[in-house]
Amino acid sequence: MEPGYPLLSTLIFLPVAGSILILLIKRNQEGLIKWVSLLTALVEFILSLPLFTGFDKTTHIMQFVERYEWIPSWGITYHLGLDGISVLFVLLSTLVTILCITISWKSITSKVKEFYIAILLMEGAMIGVFSSLDFFLFYLFWEAMLIPMYLLIGVWGGPNRIYAAIKFFLYTLVGSVLMLVGIIVLYFEAGKTFDILELMNRTYPYQLQFWLFWAFFAAFAVKVPMFPVHTWLPDAHTEAPTAGSVLLAAILIKMGAYGFLRFSLPLFPDATRAMTTPMLVLSVIAIIYGAIVCLAQTDLKRLIAYSSVSHMGFVTLGIFALNSQGLEGGILQMINHGIVTGALFLCVGIIYDRTHSRQIKDYGGLASVLPVYAAFFMVFTLASIGLPGLNGFVGEFLIILGGFKAVRWSGVIAATGIIIGAAYMLWLYQRVFFMEVNEKVQGLKDMDLREIVTLLPLIILVLWIGIYPDTFLSFMHPSVEHLIQRLNGQAIATRDVSNLFENAKELMEVIR
Amino acid sequence: MREIINMPDLGPMMPEIAMLCLALFALIIDLVTKKKEIVAIIGILSAGFVGYLLAGSSGEVFSGMFISDNYSLFFKVIFLISLCLSILLSIRYIKIEKVNFGEYYSLMLFSTLGMMIMASAGDLIVLYLGLELMALSTYILAGFIRHERRSNEAALKYFLLGAFASAFLLYGISLTYGLTGTTNLKAIALYLTGNSITANPALLLSMLLLIVAMSFKIAAAPFHMWAPDVYEGAPTPITAFMSVGPKAAGFAILGRVFISAFGSISAEWTAVIIPIAILTMAIGNILAIAQTNIKRMLAYSSIAHAGYALIGVIVGNADGLSSTMNYLFIYAFMNIGAFAIVTILKSEGFAGEELSDYEGLAKTHPLASALMLIFMFSLTGIPPTAGFIGKFYLFMSAVRAGYTLIAIVAVLFSAISAYFYLRVVMYMYMKEPRTTIPLSSSMTSGIAIAITAIAVLILGIFPSGLIDLARMAVMR
Repeated sequence: MEPGYPLLSTLIFLPVAGSILILLIKRNQEGLIKWVSLLTALVEFILSLPLFTGFDKTTHIMQFVERYEWIPSWGITYHLGLDGISVLFVLLSTLVTILCITISWKSITSKVKEFYIAILLMEGAMIGVFSSLDFFLFYLFWEAMLIPMYLLIGVWGGPNRIYAAIKFFLYTLVGSVLMLVGIIVLYFEAGKTFDILELMNRTYPYQLQFWLFWAFFAAFAVKVPMFPVHTWLPDAHTEAPTAGSVLLAAILIKMGAYGFLRFSLPLFPDATRAMTTPMLVLSVIAIIYGAIVCLAQTDLKRLIAYSSVSHMGFVTLGIFALNSQGLEGGILQMINHGIVTGALFLCVGIIYDRTHSRQIKDYGGLASVLPVYAAFFMVFTLASIGLPGLNGFVGEFLIILGGFKAVRWSGVIAATGIIIGAAYMLWLYQRVFFMEVNEKVQGLKDMDLREIVTLLPLIILVLWIGIYPDTFLSFMHPSVEHLIQRLNGQAIATRDVSNLFENAKELMEVIR
Repeated sequence: MREIINMPDLGPMMPEIAMLCLALFALIIDLVTKKKEIVAIIGILSAGFVGYLLAGSSGEVFSGMFISDNYSLFFKVIFLISLCLSILLSIRYIKIEKVNFGEYYSLMLFSTLGMMIMASAGDLIVLYLGLELMALSTYILAGFIRHERRSNEAALKYFLLGAFASAFLLYGISLTYGLTGTTNLKAIALYLTGNSITANPALLLSMLLLIVAMSFKIAAAPFHMWAPDVYEGAPTPITAFMSVGPKAAGFAILGRVFISAFGSISAEWTAVIIPIAILTMAIGNILAIAQTNIKRMLAYSSIAHAGYALIGVIVGNADGLSSTMNYLFIYAFMNIGAFAIVTILKSEGFAGEELSDYEGLAKTHPLASALMLIFMFSLTGIPPTAGFIGKFYLFMSAVRAGYTLIAIVAVLFSAISAYFYLRVVMYMYMKEPRTTIPLSSSMTSGIAIAITAIAVLILGIFPSGLIDLARMAVMR
């Protein structure tokens, strides 16, 4: 079911239009500014729902496609479309933006106008990244996103925000510009086209694949972030305002993993297969290292930031396992991590608004002071650990399965990571919510309706994915199968491929 | 009686002739009026009129000494745009600086005339003529604030070093003449392809001397030393003018002389220009980080941008040349835009040139800060601004010609440049204002800023037309 109007363009440019509208509102009418941005985000979310209901889950072919000439002299087109890999991220973006606006309602008090403009511009750029099918267009959104994010961290962030903002910007930019050169090389190699679908139909010599793989790796690994280029993340996450941390955790760092899935794997299949071992090693290091570092953190946000490093290690592990369990688990885990870590940052934001402290030692006994809050936090903590029945479990299980199938030791070590994960999250929960009531949290008000409404959709998703993941997994089956076909294009005979799929299907049944 | 000397068809030269007359006219009007704004308006109208004349001026005169083609046309449009924008910025500024004299505008017209002649030069002598006219006018303009020591120093430094560069140029020209027996660019190209004197050390020496002279004009390292001091001391609108016009003119002659005349020894001159380009990017971007004065910072930034633009010259084919021209066109808008904000920060008794003056500007002047933000991101080369398109085209032509390593070096330096451009943004948005700085904005500077900001955004999103024009400009 294709809509009769350019849905994706609407989704990209509606937030831009909203931000222009806010630009015209007088600075002192803060209430109006907030309502306009919330309304824009809500309309945006409602408009994005046809992606969920109208998506054809039986094909890997791009849907909701739009294509117009843009810069003909360079063969650049304005080409948008979604497949099973990208569609869920667009939906996640439209949802998370609403939550970012409601959570910032009272906590942002300076430069209100600029704040909401930045959030909306971010939304447009994020959707642009996920739906671009032209490399030039993709790069445009990919980089343009840095501007509002830089401002979000640097203007409304914590005490060390300026350092964190520039670090974030420089890390990402250095990676991105190397990819830019890679994109240009690819353009000339493939006969002057930036069209991603066309580029994927070609095969490239191994030597070229090798270099381009690393050029793209520079951009995506920084964004994920993979070990050892993860150091910007704890700073950026910690210093960013709540909305910024949520956007970073839920959407931005997913873009790196999305980049691997969308570009590195199908464009450079031979190089990817050759580079599997180093990629798996880096993923496993990230899982274990991130988790161990979490144990040593004294700052709430920093702890969750490092847990992101660990969790994203799972995602890259799944992706580079290069089998359907790993890939689907990786994609699902990206969504899960977006929901859960996003929710955890929202939770930290809620308590930070009350106490203005991120130090774990300033808390204790919150469960008796803020029981509702404690309950919400508990659900997200358990989801983050991967408790069966909640979303984290499904993703991590699939990834470990995939990892186990690909390279046995990687699955084993990754499973160890889950144990450490349980340790640091539960210990965190214990220190913050149980034990003696810290005098600093005495008499704090529990969550109000706005905050509950903000977290509620995420709770629903946590349970939905945990109990019936097939709603979401079914989006990606055909696309992932297609991707695996492309990956194994030259190496494995057709018979083996079908064999592989049967195995995969069996395993899927087991999971269900 | 038959005429012995045929009067040549002056059509191709009409814009230059008109410019000369109008500049003289402005000089005379200045004598009879006290309102210097009138001279400024004449200046802008002249630019418009000359721009109108450009349309029908293609051809050659004086047996190929003066060529008016698409190539020169494209550059002349850049010159005229930067002239108009700089005049718009100057009107209020020179009043504040108390140097409100009409000659200021006439000199800008003369300087532009010089650049136009440079762009059209088909002969080394004409080239030298244009260059001197441009340079002499800018020397005076740099020192126009007579009561300010920095301005005097700027003019003197610019003059002395400029005179050196001119001497290098003349030396190079005379050596070339000695070898080839002509100063006509096409004849030189013919001679060089016809006679294999490639290995002649005198030819290489003359090529080196020409490169030195032109590097000086475009402020490429290691001949950039004058730029920071001169840019800092000169009146800000003139700095904006100098950082765009003369630089573009330098590239115009660089393209003409090296790609057409010395095309047959391109391997030799590329070997010299590649290190110059890399050094220029390195010095510009790295030294800019250490600056605390925004005019000096922008001076180093403009050095760095010359380095990027040189990539197109290194590539050396039509593609490369048009990417350089495209870049210079975009650079004109973003750089003048940035200087425009610096200009309006200057008010009576307040220089507004230190980076720290930008602290908290977003709170006191949100619009000016937002525009400065756009210019800074454009200079960094972040989409969706025009600066990205400019760099993208350059990198594309470099990769296509096989200079992938140079493209990688350039992108890394442009990532480094983010640090100092974003520092301005950081001061504006992430610090609290110490005092409220009054802006000396006026209607005219507002127009200039609006034009540059709109151009930076439009060219960033719809670059197609400009790219096609830049391509047409180099088609023979």
